[in-house]
Amino acid sequence: MFSPDNIFTTTIDKAVRWSRTQSMWPVTFGLACCAIEMMAAGSAKYDLARYGMEVFRASPRQADLMIVAGRVSQKMAPVLRQVYDQMAEPKWVIAMGACSSTGGMFNNYALVQGVDHIVPVDIYVPGCPPGPQSLMHGILTLHEKIMEGEINR
Amino acid sequence: MNEEKDLKDDLDFWATNSEEGGWNISSTDEGSQKMLEEEDEKQIKIQTGSDVVDDYVYSEETTDDERMIVNMGPQHPSTHGVLRLQVELEGEVVRRVKPVIGYLHTGMEKTGEELAYFQGPTNTTRMDYLSPLFNELVFSLTTEKLLDIEVPERAKAIRILMTELNRVSSHLVALATGGMDIGALSMMIFGFRERELILNFFEKTSGLRMNHNYIRPGGVAADLPDNWQKDVKEILKIIPEKLKDYDEMLLDNPIWQGRLKNVGILTTEECFAYGITGPSLRASGFSWDLRKRQPYSGIENYDFEVPLLTDSDVFSRWRIKVLEIYESLKIVEQTMDTIPKGAYRIQDKKVTPPPRQRLDESMEALIHHFKIYTEGFKVPPGKAYVAVESPRGELGCYIVSDGSSKPYRMHIRGPSFCNLQALPVIMADSPIADAVAAIASLDPVIGDVDR
Amino acid sequence: MSFEEINVEINQYFKTVEGFKKDGYEMMIDLTAVDWYRKKEPRFEVIVNLLSVSKNSRLIINVNVPDEDLKIPSICEIYPGANFYEREVFDMFGIEFENHPELTRILMPDDWKGNPLRKDYGSGRIPVQFKNAPKVD
Repeated sequence: MFSPDNIFTTTIDKAVRWSRTQSMWPVTFGLACCAIEMMAAGSAKYDLARYGMEVFRASPRQADLMIVAGRVSQKMAPVLRQVYDQMAEPKWVIAMGACSSTGGMFNNYALVQGVDHIVPVDIYVPGCPPGPQSLMHGILTLHEKIMEGEINR
Repeated sequence: MNEEKDLKDDLDFWATNSEEGGWNISSTDEGSQKMLEEEDEKQIKIQTGSDVVDDYVYSEETTDDERMIVNMGPQHPSTHGVLRLQVELEGEVVRRVKPVIGYLHTGMEKTGEELAYFQGPTNTTRMDYLSPLFNELVFSLTTEKLLDIEVPERAKAIRILMTELNRVSSHLVALATGGMDIGALSMMIFGFRERELILNFFEKTSGLRMNHNYIRPGGVAADLPDNWQKDVKEILKIIPEKLKDYDEMLLDNPIWQGRLKNVGILTTEECFAYGITGPSLRASGFSWDLRKRQPYSGIENYDFEVPLLTDSDVFSRWRIKVLEIYESLKIVEQTMDTIPKGAYRIQDKKVTPPPRQRLDESMEALIHHFKIYTEGFKVPPGKAYVAVESPRGELGCYIVSDGSSKPYRMHIRGPSFCNLQALPVIMADSPIADAVAAIASLDPVIGDVDR
Repeated sequence: MSFEEINVEINQYFKTVEGFKKDGYEMMIDLTAVDWYRKKEPRFEVIVNLLSVSKNSRLIINVNVPDEDLKIPSICEIYPGANFYEREVFDMFGIEFENHPELTRILMPDDWKGNPLRKDYGSGRIPVQFKNAPKVD
């Protein structure tokens, strides 16, 4: 099928966008309950490997996507921002769960009321905690967003 | 000594005079895995780590470039959440450790003072997110102690069934992440695979996979689903089979044994000094289980053993979790036969809202329902402390009531918070590679530490 | 299982705890505090929870700490496990523990102002704002 005779044409934009979606490595940023569901999404039954994202990178330099899984406290906020700043462009952020999206049920002194106060968020995944299916839906929505968006962000 | 020197001379002779040409085999320390000498006093070292600062530490014996502070975390794959450790290293050997916590502080004790008693489990369930049902159970038991009410037998049996299944799922995650930390990545896949079975049952029963808010003051939120025996039977059938697989893979595995045996020793005396309970205490050869000694929720009626190991190392802390899964499954099996029929929550008008059907018929029932869900029920003034045996140790709840419908002060004694204090003890004077195994063996859940 | 509760004066506190440790209470299970703001005098109450595994009994020690002199001896020497708990109470209530090896904030950041679990410290609730919601005066 892919013999050298075959040619298909596309635009650079489309090729770049497609390649960005196909192996989007997340940085390990598990904070609380949602981290367990994120790990469950990465394990056998839900298997994030089919989107090419099973490699959770410990180093932010090698990651494209930050899944903020869990509540972000005031003490953790600078760390989160630093990890985000260390990631190489292009980068995306998923706020997983009610706590990281809005502060959730803990509207008090200790928590940042929504991670979008610190970093720009692309996708909010609702739930407390969101099941692996919800997370995967969030990831697929992000793929759609990338396929429709600009390549220069 | 002499023999060694002779041998060296011999080798030097043959090395320099052989026909292949001479090569330099002057002795080198590289590759020798000898540990530094142990300190004499065997007493419990009160390792508070107070001297560890973000600066280099100077001492007489070592030059300053041999000691260094390495910062592990808070965002680190193997610290089980957002734990941060300041580790002082001398070469490869950990000398002192200072855990820095608070990166997940959620202010739950403050929030708990704002939520009414029937909302309380919503809050506490999010503390220890691997064993949410235990948190709900301990809060409910404390509230019931203050209210001086006794829940129906069926509710008690359901609570035992659910919490023991939760213990299995929590230990499975502990085995999975513990394996992942040491490099047994298949263990990670396996543990989460079996956990799904239990979570599916939880989802069927309570509607959520985690953070259920299922056990509430006065009983449980809903009855067990139809045909629940079928699901539980499947769990009881599959999990022991899979545990055998784990044993085949790890129990006699020389790498696994080499990594875990005689690593991270935590003796009974140290456990007492630091207030460490649960599997870590039982793995050190002291049999202490609140389910046997201070039973709660009718667990004294079930027949089970408390596993006990004496090696007090990481291996026995891993092994005891596997053994505890078998015992928990035993309890679950017994609940299936002995679970009584009847109400699943207390039929006390003060605590329980009227059933849904009554709301359409009776104005008073509607008002009553509305009052309970807006105001909450009042709890007589007093203090109460109740403890249960969570998968990580003693989980206690201390509530001070001032007679209103909200706790005046709600404090949770999390086992992980206490167990974390043992980290400096078990990590000290061991190679840095063992440190990760030691953290995994304590199985801290940071949500429980920081609350 | 037996469950006792005693009240101790602050100057007898350290000695009492030491005595109970010799008496067979091997573990310190919990240490926390309650703020009785405008409800009771003295304002603070420190609660120590001891467990004896040999006798299978629990003991709760209540100590009143007045607001004017927020100091109480540390029991870290007796029970090393009290370290984190005392730091937590210091962080959350501002009660100072004398002779504690390292009395710093544990849960909140170091530069945090105030003690969150005191009753005169607000919960820090931020009102929720919805987009396009009608303005309420």
